[in-house]
Amino acid sequence: MTPSTPVPLPAPNRLDLLAAMLRIRAYEEKIVAFHAAGPFPNVCTSVGQEAAAVGVVSALRAEDQILTNHRSAGHLLARGAEPGRMLAEVMGRSTGYCQGRSGTLHISVKELGVVLTSTIVGGELSLAPGVALSRAMLGGEGIVVCFFGDGAACEGIFHESLNLASVWNLPVLYVCENNQWQAFVHRKETMVGDHVAPWAAPYGIDSLTVDGNDVEAVRKAALHAAAQVRETRRPFLLEAWTYRQRGHMEPHDQSYVDPAELEAWMAKDPIARLEARLLEAGELTTDGLEALHAQARQAIEEAAAFAAASPYPDPADLATGVYA
Amino acid sequence: MTQMIQMTFHDAVEAALHEEMARDSRVLMFGEGTATKRKGLLKAFGPQRVRNTPLAEGIIAGTAAGAAATGLRPVVDLLFAPFLCFAMDELVNSAGKLRYMSGGQFSFPMVALAMTGGGWSVGAQHNHNLEAWFVHAPGLQVVMPATPADAKGLMKAAIRDENPVLFFMDIGLAFAPGEVPEADEVVPLGKAAIRREGSDVTLISYAKTVHTCLAAAEALAAEGVSAEVVDLRTLKPLDEATILASVRKTGRAVLVHEASRLCGVGAEVAALIAEQAFEALKAPIVRLTGPDAPAPSSYPLEQAFAPQADAIAAAARQLVARTLEAAPIW
Ligand SMILES: Cc1ncc(C[n+]2csc(CCOP(=O)(O)OP(=O)(O)O)c2C)c(N)n1
Ligand SMILES: [Mg+2]
Repeated sequence: MTPSTPVPLPAPNRLDLLAAMLRIRAYEEKIVAFHAAGPFPNVCTSVGQEAAAVGVVSALRAEDQILTNHRSAGHLLARGAEPGRMLAEVMGRSTGYCQGRSGTLHISVKELGVVLTSTIVGGELSLAPGVALSRAMLGGEGIVVCFFGDGAACEGIFHESLNLASVWNLPVLYVCENNQWQAFVHRKETMVGDHVAPWAAPYGIDSLTVDGNDVEAVRKAALHAAAQVRETRRPFLLEAWTYRQRGHMEPHDQSYVDPAELEAWMAKDPIARLEARLLEAGELTTDGLEALHAQARQAIEEAAAFAAASPYPDPADLATGVYA
Repeated sequence: MTQMIQMTFHDAVEAALHEEMARDSRVLMFGEGTATKRKGLLKAFGPQRVRNTPLAEGIIAGTAAGAAATGLRPVVDLLFAPFLCFAMDELVNSAGKLRYMSGGQFSFPMVALAMTGGGWSVGAQHNHNLEAWFVHAPGLQVVMPATPADAKGLMKAAIRDENPVLFFMDIGLAFAPGEVPEADEVVPLGKAAIRREGSDVTLISYAKTVHTCLAAAEALAAEGVSAEVVDLRTLKPLDEATILASVRKTGRAVLVHEASRLCGVGAEVAALIAEQAFEALKAPIVRLTGPDAPAPSSYPLEQAFAPQADAIAAAARQLVARTLEAAPIW
């Protein structure tokens, strides 16, 4: 199951970008289905944010490293993580990437360069400069990408992280997925201004805001941002303007969401947008599209079967591996 | 015999840092004023490996954790123990937990240095013996040495260890001189030291109050009471074997620390003795600790905060007398 070869880089053509997004959507929909069927661990899905994940990760190289947060399935899958081992982790099985000790919220996959995932909101921001310091001091061309939310930007550690990365010239690409929500609170209630990107300038960091529901636009912006970081060995902040289409976590509740806002954003669904573009351009037929959907669902069904058939960890190992 | 040289606790730590940085190019140190204050290290190892940081403890500790997980071996100076409150998430939730939570994919070989304890009249926001908090946190190790030799040897061990280590320096000892081996001597983590042998009562302590216990043992000896003094040196992992062997020998234990009593290290040691050496006890376990109060600034109050030699001797005397007079109450 575990790929031991170097990380396969997502190919840049539009069909591949679509396939990568469909895989994420199918994965998240499987989680929703698990919840509908009975008790299942709480999960924060990334439905609606697939373009941000695929657009950014497709712009990275094998030697780059990623830190992420609780809403990480898209980042992991886009990077090439096995959905079976991810679902196994969510379901607490020993075949999970973290042997069932992480659960959904903290999946790291070192072999894919997904180093350190934190569910302490802002945790990933606290760790990113250190990972970049290792890169800076131990050599290598790689850059460090840190995914975080608009809520995390309200933590003090966001500001500490940007300031340090700037004064120490660390190669961090900060990627804020501004999905308008911070758990059960709209960002309008908690943030000065609508955007996080302007918060970079006082720290001497260049930034860019991109339509986070347009995967091609995100990819283009991410290629630009990553190139900047590679060249200057300095941080950059990319803000993807997007929307959390489901409740904060499964089981799902959106009773507190303004239906008009939700409807407006559903009309900008990142997958539907790329599909329309591809159909219009004649790069895809409706049959071809149906086949892509079926493929994605099939892969996730197989992954789910693998996860469900996997054993639980042995309780005898409960307290092992705490110390090196 | 190894050559011994006189140096202060503070200089012993610096010597350990110097030796370990020379030994392993992955070791680096940073903190608020580190490059300014540690001129020798800066000169020897340059500005990449000896760095001043912004005044931001959270990101200092987080950066150390991120760097440790990806190939470096950072030592961070967080100055005074109460400032660790700003770094709790990074130390406890990241450095301590992410090895286990990642299924062993990452290790966090890092050292966080902080000073605490009475001696400089700095008051409770610079002086707070909160070492037990970290003992309670999985994945972290905690040392608090009592002598310059241990300060050097334990710092070397802490830097070489694959796990995060909280290294507490007792302010009251910082400039106390002592004999330190010149050679590359590592004091292993998790090993207590018998500072004085005795047969009637065991005085168990760490850091500054080890010396208070030694003074009490001296006074007791003059009265014919033979006290053994155990210096824990490492609070986690705790050297359970040494503690239990000593108490099984003497049958009496007095636990002494400057940190306050509730859920302190003494409580853990007392529970250990009660659970595993109950049959050897000739008298109840006694704890002498700081009060449940913020550390005061005023010098006499600050001094009174930590257990005194007189009180330790009196407690030991009572334990010995009590068993001479009466059978155990249980
Ligand atoms: C330190 C901390 N505070 C609160 C939480 C609870 N919590 C989990 S996710 C979340 C919202 C985070 O919002 P954002 O950073 O915008 O990410 P999003 O969930 O929108 O992807 C909150 C409050 C937490 N996990 N950690
Ligand atoms: Mg958000």
